[in-house]
Amino acid sequence: MKGRVHSIETYGTVDGPGVRFVVFFQGCPLQCKYCHNRDTWDVFGGELVKSRDIINHFKKYLSFYLNSGGGLTASGGEPTLQPEFLRTLFAETKRLGANTALDTTGHVDIANAEIFLDVTDLVLLDIKIMDREKHKDLTGVSNERIINFSKYLEKIGKPIWIRHVVIPGITDSQDDIYGMANFIKEMDNVEKVELLPYNKFGVEKWKALGSEYPLEGIKPPSRELLKDIAGDYQSLGIEITIG
Amino acid sequence: MDSFLKEKGPWEGFKPGSWSSRVDVRDFIQKNYRPYEENPDFLHGPTEVTEKLWDKVLELYKEERKRGGCYDIDTDTISTITSHPPGYIDKSLEKIVGLQTDIPLKRAVMPFGGIRMVRKSCEANGYKASDKIEEIFTQYRKTHNDAVFDVYTPEMRRARHAGIITGLPDAYGRGRIIGDYRRVPLYGVDQLITAKEEELYHTEYEVMFEDGMRLREELKEQLKALKELKEMASSYGFDISLPAANAQEAVQWLYFGYLAAIKEQNGAAMSLGRVSTFLDIYFERDIKKGLLKEKEAQELMDHLIIKLRIVRFLRTPEYNELFGGDPVWVTEALGGMGIDGRTLVTKTTYRFLRTLSNLGPAPEPNMTVLWSQRLPEPFKEFCAGLSIETSSIQYENDDLMRPRWGDDYAIACCVSAMKIGEQMQYFGARSNLAKALLYTINGGKDEINGDQVGPEFAPITSEYLDFDEVMGRFDTTLEWLARLYVNTMNVIHYMHDKYYYERIQLALHDRDVLRTMAFGIAGLSVVADSLSAIKYAKVKPIRNEQGLAVDFETEGDFPVMGNNDDRVDSIAVDLVLRFMHKLKKQYIYRDAVPTLSILTITSNVVYGKVTGNTPDGRKKGEPFAPGANPMHGRDRRGALASLGSIAKLPYDYSKDGISYTFSITPASLGKSREEKIKNLTVLLDGYFEKEGHHINANILDKDLLLEAMDHPEKYPQLTIRVSGYAVNFIRLSREQQEEVIKRTLNGTI
Repeated sequence: MKGRVHSIETYGTVDGPGVRFVVFFQGCPLQCKYCHNRDTWDVFGGELVKSRDIINHFKKYLSFYLNSGGGLTASGGEPTLQPEFLRTLFAETKRLGANTALDTTGHVDIANAEIFLDVTDLVLLDIKIMDREKHKDLTGVSNERIINFSKYLEKIGKPIWIRHVVIPGITDSQDDIYGMANFIKEMDNVEKVELLPYNKFGVEKWKALGSEYPLEGIKPPSRELLKDIAGDYQSLGIEITIG
Repeated sequence: MDSFLKEKGPWEGFKPGSWSSRVDVRDFIQKNYRPYEENPDFLHGPTEVTEKLWDKVLELYKEERKRGGCYDIDTDTISTITSHPPGYIDKSLEKIVGLQTDIPLKRAVMPFGGIRMVRKSCEANGYKASDKIEEIFTQYRKTHNDAVFDVYTPEMRRARHAGIITGLPDAYGRGRIIGDYRRVPLYGVDQLITAKEEELYHTEYEVMFEDGMRLREELKEQLKALKELKEMASSYGFDISLPAANAQEAVQWLYFGYLAAIKEQNGAAMSLGRVSTFLDIYFERDIKKGLLKEKEAQELMDHLIIKLRIVRFLRTPEYNELFGGDPVWVTEALGGMGIDGRTLVTKTTYRFLRTLSNLGPAPEPNMTVLWSQRLPEPFKEFCAGLSIETSSIQYENDDLMRPRWGDDYAIACCVSAMKIGEQMQYFGARSNLAKALLYTINGGKDEINGDQVGPEFAPITSEYLDFDEVMGRFDTTLEWLARLYVNTMNVIHYMHDKYYYERIQLALHDRDVLRTMAFGIAGLSVVADSLSAIKYAKVKPIRNEQGLAVDFETEGDFPVMGNNDDRVDSIAVDLVLRFMHKLKKQYIYRDAVPTLSILTITSNVVYGKVTGNTPDGRKKGEPFAPGANPMHGRDRRGALASLGSIAKLPYDYSKDGISYTFSITPASLGKSREEKIKNLTVLLDGYFEKEGHHINANILDKDLLLEAMDHPEKYPQLTIRVSGYAVNFIRLSREQQEEVIKRTLNGTI
């Protein structure tokens, strides 16, 4: 089984529990303006890699992952664009006794989801913004599929960690915070909510591809702003960690 | 000696053993120490006295920086064990006393290694060595440096000049010898003198060959040095003839032993050894007797560490280019396991490390944790936490070293393990393998200055480089390099023994020591990647008018080191084996056993500067990677893949150490403090389980480093680890700082 892969990271520490082997899938249906992996969008890019080769590489460091309660994270790009490949990697990982985490935009066709969800231990759900129009403007797609997928995850009781990027002036209005908080509160399968400060690490990648960076001029949020927003969420009854 | 064990004797309460009838510090430790496997909650912060004393030192540091990095030089006195009157920071505050000169941070002149070095370093700081010293060491007394240059062959000089072999200890003290300073408190100097006299007595050989005569002369010198040690201590008001009777004396006696060494030798690295578990026995005894409280025990440690932080040697600007930041390598080995399975971690191991919090981070002493899978978990977590906060610790694999060196070894300099008191090293810098590869292509000619440095064989003239042809000729070049390197080292160490013998350090050794001669290689990843390019891609040399390959055009992809890819990692492993085998074939002075290190300190910057374009795509003048590191930016699969490549390098063929510098931003180590600690612990456990040897852990933000470059005054204690040692970031040259920063942000997605 082959899949399109952008790259791998053997010592991932922020994408799921423990130390993780992170496979960055190539190809993404979203075009987020603040994407920090701009070079993963093109579905024909990356490298065609055998799942067996990836698992063999993963196995070289298995003790690190097992000893830390970690495992393999599929990230990207959008891993669910390659559901069979994703399933193969996760199934093998689980067979080796390690944890599997899916880092996804949630823009998933539910018909496809059954292919890989039974071998997925944890979903890292990157929710951008609740307002439909704003979502379209920020990512190029409507958030309908994302909301449906989230509800489906709740229905089957799949544990999720919500990850939400705070972009000053874009995702931090009171309406945005209320919308997000209400959405999270309705779900009972949310184990963790992480606020991630917007960063500019991806800017160079946009430039390298000859594209203009759409959020030029927007600065990462200050520590204080993050704390304020975390406070807002907490007052709405949501436990927050700042990533 | 039995009387010492009686009530009120200095050994009261100690369990006797073979240590109590002959010199055997390890046996004393094993019979008397108490492992500590619990958490660090017992630890104490700095006392008011310590804070006052440390503030004084911080003021002195500030003044030192203001004066351009050198506080003062005593240009009139030739430094010896007894040369200077007692000196103090503030006598009323110091629990442990003793300075190299009469004033803290004032540097001493040590001309026996070389008067040229003294002259140049005085001049670089706006001083001048006294006429008397100049006269003595140019007219009456030959130095180590003069003697070496008398004997150097033209070929050796050419190799040194071109930078294919550099950093040779031919102008100052060679260092890397660790006196067993613990012997001073345990036995008192008189018993050590008696033991040495006995060793001397057994050297009345039938026939007096050179070896025997040299040994007798050396033992006599050692005896004199021991007497001078007593004299120096007595100038501070201490009689150290007898064993130390309590904890304060034990620390003080031990420090006097070390102080004598650093007054006599400006060695390139002056390790302390492995003293904490030893000292713990004295601390525990006093605490049990009710004579000492935790607060006071920590105070003693803090004061010892303050002394170790202010050790200074007079160096030239050239030296600082190689080994930036004014390092001394006061290396202390901490923790590890005993061969009986008990941990050697004690409360004093914690106390030693605790000074990083009590006094703030610092590069010295060079704290080296001997890591074992079986270390107590709370200790592992404690170390990882300190690393995250201070970046001041390096880790070495005790499970790899213990089977080879036993459980009473220490680390000389950065990564070199040796049995304390039984073993010494002839230290020998490193050779530039990347340049050797270019010589191979260019028929032995230097790619920068065009000189015929290597043997004149036919250059490679094909349009594209052929791997087998290059490898075949490279082997011949390495053969030549190994021979020349060993011969050069033989000259240096013969002369060092003769003109700048380490009297006091070797007085604190057994008579018949095992000698190793430690060779080094720089540019391993450059060469492995270059050979990989030649093997897996197409490399076309671009030649200048003289026919020298000065650049390379490479078509196609090739595997590079740092990605755990056997295709290229096996090339690196082969280079190590090959070079070690060639070293083993040579005649080595005084039957020393050759060893090899893959370690650069900060010299990777200088080596890069003197080396032309290489086939891997590295540009002329660009720094090499430090130690055994992959070239920066080429490890594209994250830290574990990088560690995977390095762990393949065989320790048994590189027993002087394999240095890896790991730099990561705090955010990429994990989110909460607990997660970060856990992730770092898992990384260390895993790397060492795979038989990795050494790792420096830097947990730092790039922004912080950039800020410190522009505002050094705000970061006087910012410490970072470079290949094999720690350094005050703001004392590095701009170039070295830039190189460190380039490596700091791992190019993760």
